[in-house]
Amino acid sequence: MRAGFIFKEIIQGLKRNASMVVSVVLVTFISLTFVGTASLLQLQIGQMKNYWYDRAQVAVYMCTDVSPSDTCPQGGASADLIAAVEQRLGSPTLQPYIEKFYFENHDQAYKTFQDQFEGNAVAKYVTPEQLNETFWINLKDATKSQIITESFSGVAGVEEVRDQRTYLDQIFSILNAASIAAIAIASLMLVSAALLISTTIRLSAFSRRRELGIMRLVGASNFYIQLPFILEGVVAATIGSVLAGGAVVAIVQFFVQGYLAQQLPFTSFVGLADGLLVVPILIGAGMLLAAAASGLAIRRYLKI
Amino acid sequence: MISIANVTKQYKGSAKPALDNVSLEIEKGEFVFLVGASGSGKSSLMRLMLREDVPTKGAVHVLGENLIGIPSRRVPYFRRKLGVVFQDFRLLTNKTVAQNVAFSLEVIGKSQGFIQQAVPDVLRLVGLEGKENRLPTELSGGEQQRVALARAIVNKPSILLADEPTGNLDPTTSQEIMALIERINLSGTTVIMATHDRNIVDRLQKRVVELNGGVIIRDQLGAGYQKSQTGANPIIEGGFFN
Ligand SMILES: Nc1ncnc2c1ncn2[C@@H]1O[C@H](COP(=O)(O)OP(=O)(O)OP(=O)(O)O)[C@@H](O)[C@H]1O
Ligand SMILES: [Mg+2]
Repeated sequence: MRAGFIFKEIIQGLKRNASMVVSVVLVTFISLTFVGTASLLQLQIGQMKNYWYDRAQVAVYMCTDVSPSDTCPQGGASADLIAAVEQRLGSPTLQPYIEKFYFENHDQAYKTFQDQFEGNAVAKYVTPEQLNETFWINLKDATKSQIITESFSGVAGVEEVRDQRTYLDQIFSILNAASIAAIAIASLMLVSAALLISTTIRLSAFSRRRELGIMRLVGASNFYIQLPFILEGVVAATIGSVLAGGAVVAIVQFFVQGYLAQQLPFTSFVGLADGLLVVPILIGAGMLLAAAASGLAIRRYLKI
Repeated sequence: MISIANVTKQYKGSAKPALDNVSLEIEKGEFVFLVGASGSGKSSLMRLMLREDVPTKGAVHVLGENLIGIPSRRVPYFRRKLGVVFQDFRLLTNKTVAQNVAFSLEVIGKSQGFIQQAVPDVLRLVGLEGKENRLPTELSGGEQQRVALARAIVNKPSILLADEPTGNLDPTTSQEIMALIERINLSGTTVIMATHDRNIVDRLQKRVVELNGGVIIRDQLGAGYQKSQTGANPIIEGGFFN
């Protein structure tokens, strides 16, 4: 196998189809940037899930004087009822599931509320008594919130049991839908990239059909005949995927870390390390896609 | 060397077979003319020998290879042992004479050292010394066919298949090309040549295989273009079939 000859053939092929090659580069660039962004979004969702699910708590809201009477017929929860809930939380049946729990009384709830809604008109009208006294529970396994819900729903003095994860799940399902949409678009673009690559290679093979005929006549092996074409597609797609990798890293560095992370400092975002993790995958995917697409395209010309 | 046994070739979509129960044995070093009217199946037969096509029925053995069962990845290596020339030369117009010949060696992975040695040698052999750097468009038809011959024999094939190699050439040039092909044959290469050129066949008095409608109607040693009673050593005479 003579590398010099193969190399010469590739350069010639790339030159001959310059405009097609440029479009292959652009299409792989854009489609893989999409793929990269979609995978970063998935990583981001994973990261946020980890972060927030760890902090998500189950809240057992005790009745207040203003609670609706169908759940709280007896009005505000008495000290006895509160003590009963606390005892139950500490009981051997629930103990194994609970990491820790603490009680928030009216005054603490009021303080938290005032902090959260500082400057908001509602902060002025609310009184400590209107806010629920609450047991905040951290579970050992956040997915087992059902146990708490079942144990305390309908218990006297308990207004509601709420798993904070249900709020998070809504947010995540929206983000998830967005990333699935991005992946779907990316796949369509990858399909068009593959088709474009195979068209380009077919064109390249057509313009070299005399050479191909002679190569077959004098007994060039299929491998030798295919290689320049496959490499031609791979070279073009690799340029596109390297550009896509650069774009993904730039998005992480300048948009996510440089802008989003500044705007929303309390959330953790994907970092450069995640971006750099995606780059080799993109390049690998681009090369594989091109090799497969051009390999299939050139096959027709190899029939003996 | 070449053994064709009861071969029938039926192309898709045509009613009559291009070759009909053809059998033929060719020994090493032989010179065989394939003659017959247009469409009689000469090229079809050569395509089978080159494994460009497979017969509908029958067996083809060339250089010890069973061309029916040969795996397609082995076909290129088989073809390296054959040289082929055509009426239309099939040169690469964007490459020089030397590059055309070198190309056929490059694509079978020969070393640069071998190529630099072999190309000038073969170009001298076919009489193209001093024209190495010309493009095919700057050559006469005879010279172009010399380039094609150089390309066909540069890898020292055991068999040369020539499909109407003089079809586009004037009589004088044809004679020069035939002299070259005879020399190639004398050096031990088996030559199978399809032709319509009556003069050439008559002059050389080699083995002649005549096809008619896909059937061999004559296979005669030391014969001319047309069946003659005086031809020595008739293997099959025309009358045999009549
Ligand atoms: N690829 C093909 N598909 C279908 N039919 C074909 C094909 N090649 C040849 N034929 C038919 O097979 C028959 C024999 O053709 P072939 O080319 O072998 O003749 P030939 O003797 O070489 O003729 P010529 O002297 O004109 O070159 C013809 O009837 C031709 O039409
Ligand atoms: Mg023919």
